Amino acid sequence: MEVKENYQQLEKQFPGKVGDFKGDVPEPYCSVSPESIVEVSRFLRDDAKLKFEVLSDLTALDWPKEEKIQVVYHLYSYSNKSQIVLKVDLPRENPKVSTLEGVWKVANWFEREVFDLFGVIFTGHSDLRRIMLPEDWVGHPLRKDYVEEEEYDGISTQRAPLVEKLLR
Amino acid sequence: MNETAPVESQGFYTEDMTISVGPQHPSTHGVLRFVVKTDGEVISEAIPDVGYLHRSIEKIGEKVTWHGYVPYTDRADYLAAMFANQVFCMAAEKLAGTEVTRRGEFCRVIACELNRIASHLISVGTFGQDIGAMTPFVHALRERETINNLMEEICGARLTYNYIRIGGVGYDILPETCTRISEFLDHFEPIVDEFNRLLSNNKIFIERLAGVAVVSKEDALSYNLVGPNLRGCGIKWDIRRDIPYSVYPELEFEVPVGTGRVGTLGDSYDRYWVRICELQESCKILRQCLKMLPKGPAIAKVARKFKPPVGECYARVEAPRGDMGFYVVSDGSEYPYRVRIRTGSFTAMSIIDKLSKGIMVADLIALIGSLDVDAPEIDR
Repeated sequence: MEVKENYQQLEKQFPGKVGDFKGDVPEPYCSVSPESIVEVSRFLRDDAKLKFEVLSDLTALDWPKEEKIQVVYHLYSYSNKSQIVLKVDLPRENPKVSTLEGVWKVANWFEREVFDLFGVIFTGHSDLRRIMLPEDWVGHPLRKDYVEEEEYDGISTQRAPLVEKLLR
Repeated sequence: MNETAPVESQGFYTEDMTISVGPQHPSTHGVLRFVVKTDGEVISEAIPDVGYLHRSIEKIGEKVTWHGYVPYTDRADYLAAMFANQVFCMAAEKLAGTEVTRRGEFCRVIACELNRIASHLISVGTFGQDIGAMTPFVHALRERETINNLMEEICGARLTYNYIRIGGVGYDILPETCTRISEFLDHFEPIVDEFNRLLSNNKIFIERLAGVAVVSKEDALSYNLVGPNLRGCGIKWDIRRDIPYSVYPELEFEVPVGTGRVGTLGDSYDRYWVRICELQESCKILRQCLKMLPKGPAIAKVARKFKPPVGECYARVEAPRGDMGFYVVSDGSEYPYRVRIRTGSFTAMSIIDKLSKGIMVADLIALIGSLDVDAPEIDR
């Protein structure tokens, strides 16, 4: 019940920017427009009643059929023991959203990971480099249509033929 | 020679030195690397370089079935594999609405708390070793060995368990094993005092840690530190108590927090001390569980072709390295659409850059050890 109120308050506070509330699922969420994510997050953190102190998780989902990449933010309030989930829809071709580094420092690393594995550009990020993969890696592996290159730096990424033979 | 003149005027000059520490320094808790800029012994910047252990566990999750993914979760954090098992199963159960049997829940808690003791022992043991105390490490590993034996009895594996399954646990805990666990607890509880005599109250150890790398409450929240690192800053937040899951609401235990026992609140020693206190709390929880262990099946009936309905959910547990979260998305098929693992070490690692400014090179090792970062868990 209280969870729903949080979302409703958010929709009232930011008309047109926050919407598409889904409440009849195990975990409710709402959509936020890409240009207002920083504003909304800052409000959620600083509001005296809501107090979402931490960014628990930041990740992305790839939906090739809908031609979109969703960046998913899990915020948590230690004071009220409640969670809020924000989703930002971005076009798959050129996914760009502002960084949340100014609101939560931890966003720096989370965003680097999403950049590395999904190729989402976080504008205004202070240090947007790959984090998991080497800098000369090609492609973003967590995208659904990612095809692994046959070799990396002269090292085969395929299974050695001998092993294949043994398995057969 | 005029000694008060700056060295530059004497023909010498000083400059910052950039050193690569790692990727396999013994004190780096796995394969990770730092690019350290130092002015003599004082660090001006330590940039962590992670990813050496990236095994793309999240991508693998999209290629295997829900049941088949459980063994992979073990590998996310091999020092506390049980927790990754549990949180993934909790997420899957939440999506599908599967009920866990009551005995299954108790078996989970017993296995997890044993695992927590094992993981904290490694943490405090290696921490001592990092800053030059070799002996406690051997003591810690000796006790951990007993836990590994118990784990082998419970589930047949010593490190990567694949014990907790969707709907319950893989194997029931036998009465003999319960006896042995309780014997271990009788033996282990005094060992914590021994540990305190050896390490926690050791003057050299205290001097090395008191007031080193202090994390403020604001930073802890902004960098989303979790688990003992968060509690070390004096924030009383434990998922077992605050977002109750499994049978934890029925159990009595304290949530230890940092108090600035020997120095400043939130220093390296506080983070270490919280872990020592948690060892005792875990023993308490285990004793209660062994007493309360109900009869019944250890696992619920779950379809072999497990297909949760379309949807998503986020589950979290209190792992030894703090809030471990699994964000799973199902498209209604036999395979998860997306599995995301959020771990405590990842966020703990990101704060090192900030904390390392102005500390000594030797303190960097103390800092890494006190945050208890674990490379496989960072890189996944």
